[in-house]
Amino acid sequence: MIKLFNFLKMADTQKKSAFDIIKIRKDFPILSQKVYGNPLIYFDNGATTQKPKIVIDTISKMYTEYNSNVHRGVHFLSAQMTEMYEIARGKVQKYLNAKYSHEIIYTCGVTASINLVAYSFGEAYIKEGDEIIVSEMEHHSDIVPWQIVCERKGAHLKVIPFNDKGELLMDEYKKLISSKTKLVAVVHVSNSLGTINPVKEIIAIAHEKNIPVLVDGAQAVQHGRIDVQDLDCDFYAFSGHKLYGPTGTGVLYGKEKWLKEMPPYQGGGDMIDHVQFEHTTYNELPFKFEAGTPNYIGAIGLSTAIDYLESVGLEKIKKYEKELLNYAMEKLSAIDGIKLYGTAENKICILSFLLDRIHPYDTGVFLDRMGIAVRTGHHCTQPLWAHFKTEGAVRASLVFYNTFAEIDALCDAIKKIQKIFLSQP
Amino acid sequence: MNEVQDEIIKEFAPFGDNLLDKYIYLVELGKKFVPLDARYKNDQTLIRGCQLTTWFRPTFENGIIFFHADSSSVLVRGAISLLIRVLSGQKPEDVKKIDLYFIEKSGLRDIYSLIRANSLWKIENLMRQAAASYEKKYI
Repeated sequence: MIKLFNFLKMADTQKKSAFDIIKIRKDFPILSQKVYGNPLIYFDNGATTQKPKIVIDTISKMYTEYNSNVHRGVHFLSAQMTEMYEIARGKVQKYLNAKYSHEIIYTCGVTASINLVAYSFGEAYIKEGDEIIVSEMEHHSDIVPWQIVCERKGAHLKVIPFNDKGELLMDEYKKLISSKTKLVAVVHVSNSLGTINPVKEIIAIAHEKNIPVLVDGAQAVQHGRIDVQDLDCDFYAFSGHKLYGPTGTGVLYGKEKWLKEMPPYQGGGDMIDHVQFEHTTYNELPFKFEAGTPNYIGAIGLSTAIDYLESVGLEKIKKYEKELLNYAMEKLSAIDGIKLYGTAENKICILSFLLDRIHPYDTGVFLDRMGIAVRTGHHCTQPLWAHFKTEGAVRASLVFYNTFAEIDALCDAIKKIQKIFLSQP
Repeated sequence: MNEVQDEIIKEFAPFGDNLLDKYIYLVELGKKFVPLDARYKNDQTLIRGCQLTTWFRPTFENGIIFFHADSSSVLVRGAISLLIRVLSGQKPEDVKKIDLYFIEKSGLRDIYSLIRANSLWKIENLMRQAAASYEKKYI
């Protein structure tokens, strides 16, 4: 009966949207489970997204019927897997609208992608006294690798500040650019605030001075089409697991010019042309940056996730997620004693908040016991929270398989938590 | 000490398997808990966890060890209050060797084992370490 009620409630609230949410949710088996006796409400998509059945089935099929190491085999299975692996690369290329498939480097995630550039670009181009620009809202993965380069090379990190709505101060950015600037590294969408940064403008400004730009797209690729040629970014990094693909997969897009010039990051098999003790020559792109056995089945899983998103429709997803955002912001704002962080005009459905006099950890634990999975803490953006003079917040991050009814449930749960914590002992 | 542990188990028994009700009860305990005096909250007593700030201070009088603590989380404060109820005001040698069975039998393992996120596991260790250190120094 309760199950029927929830289903009807979902169907009713979904009338707000033309999106066929019931069909979509059936594609994600994990969403139908219960936690602590409650239907799971998964609002931790900023950390990782759930996987559609077709991705899970593809990975299983690959290991069951096709598994063989790529690139080195003369036998049937290896040749077949190599072909599928390279077709998958082509799909990523198409998804990002990269000019060449060899501009797509497989990594194990966005962190690895950024570290690759930080090391390799840093080795080739950064010297003492140079400057690298990042923003105040970067994930630690787009701060620490640059700090390591700066320490190694004697360079300096410069930081673009943001306003209290969570929007980058573009005038301050322009002031930071100088003849010492060697690279700008900026997040496309903030994982803590949801802000969609004006990366095209940031890139254009940097390019006026011939400064390359790396974009951390970890929270952007899953919410709409990315066109690296239109953005004109020099590097674009993301993780497969946030794009409904498998964990341990990631991509670095780099313009051919840079990738050709940059030295290899890691040495090993596959990245070599010819090895001698006296001197080793390196493989052509993209293999120069893919040392060792790659996660080829992961890459195929990722390309399957891309196919799935394309079949749902990226524009439809974007439109529906915007409807979710508008609804959630309206509902959450109406709750007494809540403070929302990240109120930029242009943002995705990431809802960070604090409840008056209730620690975010406590809120998160209670939401969990009510079946609602959120993330609490600093979300690997400690400098961002220092801006707001707090150590972190509760973050509900929604995607296209979430529903209006789930937002209602979150708001009800928050009110219950306030009652529990704020009543007199 | 085991009498106190048995008392706690009885207190939690009516909640059965309802974890949410147990947590609500911990919150109530956290609200009533007398925290460590603000003047003792300093770098020496601070335990910085992944998400929470917790303070812990042991004292020793006439062969007996006392524990004082606080946490930025009311829920964790409630959980600490149970540890203090069992372990504070005891002889160091008893604190060192006690089996804290009330955690399992009250169905609170969940809250005491969220290792990265809260500091409870550190508090339990610190209580035992403090007991060992006092025992070595004074007994």
